Amino acid sequence: MTYGALALIPLFPLLGALVNGAISLATSHREKAAGRRWVSLIGPLAPTLSFLVTLSAFLKLRLLPEEGRELTQTLFSWIAAGRLDVDLGFLFDPLSAAMLLFVTGVGALIHFYSIGYMGRDRGYARYFAYLNLFTFSMILLVLGDGLLPLFVGWEGVGLCSYLLIGFWHTDEEKAIAGNKAFIVNRIGDFGFLLGIFVLFWALSGGGASGLSYREIAAGSHHLPAGVVTAACLLLFIGAAGKSAQLPLYVWLPDAMAGPTPVSALIHAATMVTSGIYMVSRLSFLYAESALALTVVAVVGGLTALFAATIGMAQFDIKKVLAYSTVSQLGYMFLACGVGAFSAGMFHVVTHAFFKACLFLGAGSVIHALSGEQDIRRMGGLLKRIPVTGWTFLVAWLAIAGVFPFAGFFSKDEILAAAFFAENELLPWLPRALWALGVVTAACTAFYMTRLTGLVFLGRGRLDPDASAHVHESPRSMTIPLMILAAGSLLVGFLGVPEFLIAGGNRFHHWLAPAIAAHGGGERAAHPSAAAEWAVMLISLGAAIAGIVAGLHLYVRRPDLSARIGAALGGLYRLVANKYYVDEAYRAAIVRPVQAGSRVLLWRAIDVRVIDLLVNLVGILGRGASYVVRFAQTGYVQLYAAVLLIGVVILMWVLF
Amino acid sequence: MPAVSLGHFVALSIVLFFMGAVGVLSRKNALIVLMSIELMLNAANLAIAAFARYWLQADGQVIVFFVIAIAAVEAAIGLAILVEIFRLRRSVDLEAMSSMRE
Repeated sequence: MTYGALALIPLFPLLGALVNGAISLATSHREKAAGRRWVSLIGPLAPTLSFLVTLSAFLKLRLLPEEGRELTQTLFSWIAAGRLDVDLGFLFDPLSAAMLLFVTGVGALIHFYSIGYMGRDRGYARYFAYLNLFTFSMILLVLGDGLLPLFVGWEGVGLCSYLLIGFWHTDEEKAIAGNKAFIVNRIGDFGFLLGIFVLFWALSGGGASGLSYREIAAGSHHLPAGVVTAACLLLFIGAAGKSAQLPLYVWLPDAMAGPTPVSALIHAATMVTSGIYMVSRLSFLYAESALALTVVAVVGGLTALFAATIGMAQFDIKKVLAYSTVSQLGYMFLACGVGAFSAGMFHVVTHAFFKACLFLGAGSVIHALSGEQDIRRMGGLLKRIPVTGWTFLVAWLAIAGVFPFAGFFSKDEILAAAFFAENELLPWLPRALWALGVVTAACTAFYMTRLTGLVFLGRGRLDPDASAHVHESPRSMTIPLMILAAGSLLVGFLGVPEFLIAGGNRFHHWLAPAIAAHGGGERAAHPSAAAEWAVMLISLGAAIAGIVAGLHLYVRRPDLSARIGAALGGLYRLVANKYYVDEAYRAAIVRPVQAGSRVLLWRAIDVRVIDLLVNLVGILGRGASYVVRFAQTGYVQLYAAVLLIGVVILMWVLF
Repeated sequence: MPAVSLGHFVALSIVLFFMGAVGVLSRKNALIVLMSIELMLNAANLAIAAFARYWLQADGQVIVFFVIAIAAVEAAIGLAILVEIFRLRRSVDLEAMSSMRE
């Protein structure tokens, strides 16, 4: 049914962006931003209002029967060009509801947090303008009723990511990080566009198509398998770019150059999860292509383990969290790849809470230590900044996957799904991926424990200056932390598996109509309760093993870790240097492209050909004027003579 | 003896016209050029009046009046311009006035 208020959800942040942008432009020349109070009011207010409207839409949605549980709103005919006929509309169904609730909710919390964190920054208004613009784009992405509004939002969040990563653009390194994010994303977007083209070309054969989800679903059954697979793979390239999977993940660690709330919002909770959202949204399409699902699962699984290993050897607090995000996103894709789309989405939701909490907590630590980000110069902070400390601990247990925190339930569901899944192409694959996932879970627990231990526990290794100024963050920062920590604890109970509590896993049931609708379904496996218990206990065991190892190596016997690192020598260096992937890309791709551009495109073509053509116009003009010049004698009688001759000729011709 | 026919008038008109044209194109003194222009106009007038008398229509005569009036106006303006030029350059030599050359 139609629900007119849906348009308000993206509208509020859009207006916020415009107003804050205007304030930013108006006050940019002044040292102290004059409109600070207004910005602090409008900036966080916009996503809060969006959240409230989302909430009301959600409540309305719940009252609808399971069949046809969706609210729609069509705004206007957007593009009508030949076979492309798109209306701009919104679709609010269980999937977009789940996504939108935490996008607006967690987003609003991060906006409030930013008041404290960015309060003294000169670009305060500009920051909130960008943040609001991002929120608008993300909402558009989630709420759009077809691939085209999604893509507009997709590009929008990419743009805002660039703007926000490079927020302190006067610092060249940070500006370059912003460039890197945008360029790598663009590569993914290229694949995404090709996927859209394939779908359009396939679906509009009979008539017109607007590439709305409804149309895609209706047409998907008649498409040849090759087309479906091609489209799914191409779209997945876009998802790999946006959600930082192998091989397009390299921008995410660098993105930590941006302000920490940005890292929390964009690179943990929302933008990076849009790839998983897209895959879930098109679950019916992916379900038709076993090859595409296999690729998704393998990429997800490999990325999860790969990033987790890198995270074990990083010393910057934000970099650890960045690689952790890449790894957790891998889990989500792994889930989708084995057909458990709702498990993937569940992890998206839980991850949003605990990862945002971790990032905001890290921001709070950095704020408390006057800018320190190296965990080797931290330690023993739990007593000194207790609110930050305890919320971080809650989030730590959640991400490590300890019962009964949120991460346990979502991660366990993914691992169980992987274990019991079936793959037509490679029957052994799901179990192999499960094993990968278990190892990754142990690594996750390990490196998160390492992080938490080195930052909050044990002896303090602070720089004396920083140590003297340690202080807890203001309420605008700690309250969001507490709310997110509560979420990290409680959200998990939405997805308690069936075999534990009858009628459990309400999240799965909630999403089922949206994902199974249009024909796509999830694996229908009904394993025995004993098997399910076994898998769950193994996951829990891996988590605990990781925690124990981490505590032992970094809290009890810190010297051991250094000795192990030395013993591993080359292997350790490989991991600590991120497997030299960035260096490999630079050598294999960046340098050749730059060299080729310089020699071929610039010197040969631009200078010799294009400049020549442009100059030719001038040269021709000059040459022509050389000839014509002789007529300009300034001598009136010559002109009169010419006139006379012309008249004579005219007479002759006419008569 | 043969009567003065239309042909004579037209021939005279042509001769006068080209005399005027040659004068416009080749004389140095701007005043002479203006006089040559007048000559050309009068040659045309002669032709028109001759034809009007030949066809016994008053239209041509009326045209002649128009042309005379216009010629007068044109001469007045031309002379006014020439006077200004003389005030500026102290000469009416056309060969010297080629400052509009490229």
